[in-house]
Amino acid sequence: MAAAFSARGLVKRYGPVTALDGVDLGVEEGELVGLLGPNGAGKSTLVKIGCGLVRPSSGEAYVCGVRAGSREARAVMGYLAELFRFPGWATADELLTLHQRLAGSTGGESERRELLELVGLTEARARRVETMSKGMQQRLGIAQALVGTPRFLFLDEPTSALDPGGRRTVRGLLEELRRRGVAVLLNSHLLSEIELVCDRVAILSRGSIVAEGRPSELARPRGVEVDVDGGTRLFAGLGRSDVPRLVADLVAGGEAVYGVRVLETTLEEIYLEAVGEDAG
Amino acid sequence: MTGLAVIVGYALRESLRRRVFLVVLLLTAGFLGLYALGTKEAFEAVDSRSLSGPEDPFGVDDHELTGATMFGLSMFATLFLGAVLAAFLTLATVRGDAERGLLQPLVVRPVGRPVLLAGRFVAAASVCGVYVALVYAGALLITWQIGEWTPDRIVGPVVQLAAATAVIAALSLLGSVFLSATANGIAVFMVFGAGLVAGLLGQIGEALASETLTNVAETASWVLPFEALYQDGLDAITADTRGFTEAALTLGPFGGAQAAGAFLWPWTFAYLALVGGLALAAFARKDL
Repeated sequence: MAAAFSARGLVKRYGPVTALDGVDLGVEEGELVGLLGPNGAGKSTLVKIGCGLVRPSSGEAYVCGVRAGSREARAVMGYLAELFRFPGWATADELLTLHQRLAGSTGGESERRELLELVGLTEARARRVETMSKGMQQRLGIAQALVGTPRFLFLDEPTSALDPGGRRTVRGLLEELRRRGVAVLLNSHLLSEIELVCDRVAILSRGSIVAEGRPSELARPRGVEVDVDGGTRLFAGLGRSDVPRLVADLVAGGEAVYGVRVLETTLEEIYLEAVGEDAG
Repeated sequence: MTGLAVIVGYALRESLRRRVFLVVLLLTAGFLGLYALGTKEAFEAVDSRSLSGPEDPFGVDDHELTGATMFGLSMFATLFLGAVLAAFLTLATVRGDAERGLLQPLVVRPVGRPVLLAGRFVAAASVCGVYVALVYAGALLITWQIGEWTPDRIVGPVVQLAAATAVIAALSLLGSVFLSATANGIAVFMVFGAGLVAGLLGQIGEALASETLTNVAETASWVLPFEALYQDGLDAITADTRGFTEAALTLGPFGGAQAAGAFLWPWTFAYLALVGGLALAAFARKDL
C-alpha cells in the first residue's frame, strides 16, 4: 500500500528566498507524524504543497499514491490551515453541509452530528460562525477537515487558539484518528503535544529536515539520578541499562538508595539542538 | 449535485446574506425614491409649460424628451449600482479571500479552482442580472405611472445592462487574482470610470465633429464592452424617435448613446471568454 504522504526532493523558492531545500519526508498509513520547526522553517509551505495550494519549484509530493494537488489526492485528504476563516454568516451545520457537498460525502446529517460531537460543538450546531469564539472556530475547522472520512489529514497548528481543555480534546481526537487508521501530518509549535501523541517527529530548519525519528530514538541518555542519604547524586553518561549495576554497587558500598531516575534529553532539548541558531 | 452548482449555491447564499446586500438594497430604495420625485417634478414642469406656453417652433416633443432623458438617467444609475454590486461580490474572490484564509478550505476540496472561479462568476452575474432587472423594472414602472412614457425597446436594454454588469464582474474576478480586495475595488471603479469618460469623450467629439475623439471613445467602448453595451441599450430606448426630438436627445445626456451593431454580442461573449480564460490561467498558477 502507498504511503499516506511522501515528499521527494521538494524545493520551493519565492524569488531569492528558499523556503524548502530538498525535503524528503514520508508518512505511513495510520501514522501520526509531528512536524516541528521555528517560524519560517518551511513547515506551512510543505503542508501547502501537500494540499496543492502551493506549487513546488522542483521535487514531487504524493498523497495516498497520487500526485499532491490532483483531484484524486484532494478527494482523500483533509486540511486545516494555520490561518483560516469561515464565512461568518454560515452556521456550523451549514458549513459542514457545504464541505460535505464539496467533498462528495454521502454522510449526511449523521456525519455532521458525529463530527460536531467529536469536537465538542454539538450545542453550537445552529450557531453562526461570527458568534463563535476563536477556539470554537478552530474546533469547527477540525470537524471540517474530517468531512468525508479522509485517509490523510494535514493539520497546521490545530491547537494554536485552544485553551488547555480544548487542547486535551484535540489530543483525544488525534488518538481516535489513530485508532481509525487515519494518517496525520501535524504541524505544531507545542512540543509537549507532539511528544504526547505523535509516532514520529520531523524537525525542519531553514527548509531542510535536520532530525527525524521516533521521540524515543531521538532522545539521548543524559545520566542517572539517584536519591541517597546525602541527597541526589548524578551519574552522567549512564543509561537505563546501567541502573541495576549502579544500584548494586551503591548498596554494596553501604549507601541507602531511595529513588532512581533515568535522565534523557527532552524533545525540547533535541529540538533546540537540531535547529541551533535558527531557534530564536 | 455538481461542483459548479455547489459553488454557485454557496456564492448566492453569501451574496444575499452579507451586509453589503442590505446596504445595496437601501441605496436602491433611496435611488428609486429620488428618481420618482425627480420624474414627477420634471413631467409636471414640462406639462405645465406645454399647457400655458406656445408650441415648440422646431416640433420637439417635450414629453418624449423628458421621459427619455429621465429614463436614460435611470439606466445610468442602474448600471452604476449594478457595477457597485458586481464589484463588491467579486473583488476579494481570490487574493482577498486567500489573505483572510477563506479560500484555502474550499480550494483543497476536489471541486477544483476552475469550477470555483466559474461558480463565483455565474453567481455574481446572476445576482447582478436579477438586481439590474428589478431596478430597471422599478424605474420603468415609475416613469410610466408618472409620465405615461415607455421606452421604444423594453427588453433589449435591460439584457444589455445585465450583460454590462456581467462584464464588470468578470473584470473584477480577473483583478482579484492579482490584487488585494481594496486595490482591486479601486482598480474596478477606475476601469468603470474610464468607460464612462470614453462615452463622454465621444459625446464631446460628436459635438465638435472631432474624428480623433470619436475614434478614441469608440475604441475605448470596445476595449471595455460594458460601455458599448450601455450605449447600445441607451440608444435602443429611443430607437423609433425621429426628427427634431431625436436631434434634441443627442444634445443632452443621450449624446453617449450609440448603436453598436451586430458585432456587439459576439464580441461580448468572446471578451467574457478571454477575461475568464486569463483569470483561470492565472488562478491555476497562483500559490495560496
